[in-house]
Amino acid sequence: MIQHLVDGILTGSIISLGAIGLTLIMHMLRFANFSYAELLGIGAYSALVFDRLLAALIPFMHEKIGPLSLTWTLSVSVVLAMVVTGASAVVLDKLVFKRIRENAGPLSMVFASFGVALILRNIITLAFGHRAQLYSPDIAFAIVVSFDPLLLIKPDQVFVLGAALVLMLMLHVVLTRTTFGYSHRAVAENPDLAQVSGVRLSRMVVSVWVLGGGLSAAAGVFYGLTNQISPHLGHNFVLPVFAATIVGGIGSVYGAVLGGFIVGIASGLSLMILPSGYTPAMPFLIIIAVMLLRPHGLFGEELHR
Amino acid sequence: MIGMISYLAFFSTMAAIFAIAVLGLNLHWGYTGLFNGGVVAFFGAGAYGTMILGGRADATVLGGFGLPFLVALAGGVVLAGMLAWIVGLLTVRLRHDYLAISTFGVAIAFESLTRNAEWLTGGARGLRGFPRPFEAAVGNNFVYGLLFLAFVLLVLVLVYIGLERLVRSPFGRALRAIREDETAARSLGKNPTRLRLTSFVIGSMIMGVAGGLYVSFYAFVSPQDLAPILTFQIWAMLIVGGAGNNRGAILGAFLIWAAWTASGFLLARHAPVAMQIYTGSIQYILIGSVIVGMLLWRPQGLLPERLETSAGPDRTRPAGTNTTATTNKGVT
Repeated sequence: MIQHLVDGILTGSIISLGAIGLTLIMHMLRFANFSYAELLGIGAYSALVFDRLLAALIPFMHEKIGPLSLTWTLSVSVVLAMVVTGASAVVLDKLVFKRIRENAGPLSMVFASFGVALILRNIITLAFGHRAQLYSPDIAFAIVVSFDPLLLIKPDQVFVLGAALVLMLMLHVVLTRTTFGYSHRAVAENPDLAQVSGVRLSRMVVSVWVLGGGLSAAAGVFYGLTNQISPHLGHNFVLPVFAATIVGGIGSVYGAVLGGFIVGIASGLSLMILPSGYTPAMPFLIIIAVMLLRPHGLFGEELHR
Repeated sequence: MIGMISYLAFFSTMAAIFAIAVLGLNLHWGYTGLFNGGVVAFFGAGAYGTMILGGRADATVLGGFGLPFLVALAGGVVLAGMLAWIVGLLTVRLRHDYLAISTFGVAIAFESLTRNAEWLTGGARGLRGFPRPFEAAVGNNFVYGLLFLAFVLLVLVLVYIGLERLVRSPFGRALRAIREDETAARSLGKNPTRLRLTSFVIGSMIMGVAGGLYVSFYAFVSPQDLAPILTFQIWAMLIVGGAGNNRGAILGAFLIWAAWTASGFLLARHAPVAMQIYTGSIQYILIGSVIVGMLLWRPQGLLPERLETSAGPDRTRPAGTNTTATTNKGVT
């Protein structure tokens, strides 16, 4: 029980990071972006590339940090991967979504995002192979925290949870204390009014993609660090991340954070009653429950069609 | 010669089965503006439903009741309809995104059910053994293939005629009305929620028909047959053919299925051995590119929707804007 709970909290922190960007994009551009979760894959794989590059260039940095399997090179790579992924999100918007947004409705955007997801995922497969990969070939040993009830925690897991919380706190500060944060909230509330007040909408759209891409990249690397990376990484996160945004209410950053933890913990605890094969379906059941009980989510506005 | 004909018959049977599913999707997306991201779940409900009711008895699973073919098919279709009704009831009132996400979720949930509920679906090894419909009448395999093709084509024509009548009826006009401008339709006393739900259930049942025909053709179904790519293929067929045009939907099904089979054949023959395990990925990229490319450069498809002009000659609007984005606020 306690083990499932702890694992659920960890997965939850990764889902939360992914859901923040999605909820912002869904709120600002008003479409369900099915290609968004592929950014986790892009992030995870670009960190892998940077890690290998750095390890070859500066071998002495390829050392583990304390008890973690995380190396200095990988921690630099995370930051680089966040930049690359943010940039790819902007490029994708320029190439596809912006052009469709100008000519067609939000449903065409949803449709296009399915196509984009399919292309991205399979380009990753072609480039890196079907096989799952690890950042570090060494086995990361778990530490026995208690025997009864049995609780095993890897140092990496503690690091990931801490890092995720730090990223969320940084985002909170940016959104509540900076001009950028204010203009962002203004656009999300009322795009027309914000534009009249001198906020450049196109710049805000770019910044949301950068922000979302960066956070997703971190989520992807964190998942890879505590599990493994495979071309299906993005696909496996599509539904959990959507469920988190729906639980929290579309457009609510804090809702997305809470939603991510709820989805992660619920999926973890479901292992006590359901065989693990059903775990992928858990987010769907959560979505159904939200639809029944509170369709606009915990913190969302009542947005009907 | 016989080999060639029987291959063509096989190809056309598959294409016609997909065409039926594309027609169902066209009712959703083309005529009602509903986004169904889980075509495979409704296709699968039809397939598994038909298989469980009409399949040969098997001691390891619950199903295999061996019911007559048409009864089993009807059961599968009803199952697909029920699944759609439950999902639709929860989502059609809300933002359009919710239907897209929920249907995507249904497909994932359905897949994990088929993979894990071994007592019902046989798990990953699937269900096998379906008595070939009307086999008693013909002994010959070759003739049987042609006969089954004729049957599938008959179903396709019936579905086509039924849908054409439906979309030209007052019901179909009401669907297009809510697709274009929900508020206006509501002000004329139409109930968008009920219309959408009805359209969603009917379209999903048509996908169920396709699924049922698919299992009776292969006499086998497993989670492998219901991979997410099927949803994308059916989507690509519709967008290439032309959303909102039933003939376009059928044309798209044959074209995309031909392109899929041909690309598979070419890759299997000419790709280097080391690349063989990646041919699927290359084909998936092709399907994704077709979807994105069509949306960017020819969103109306090869055969665009024909717009009926019933009032004056000035009631024209640009073709291809068949989404909820166009809210025509002008008074004609």
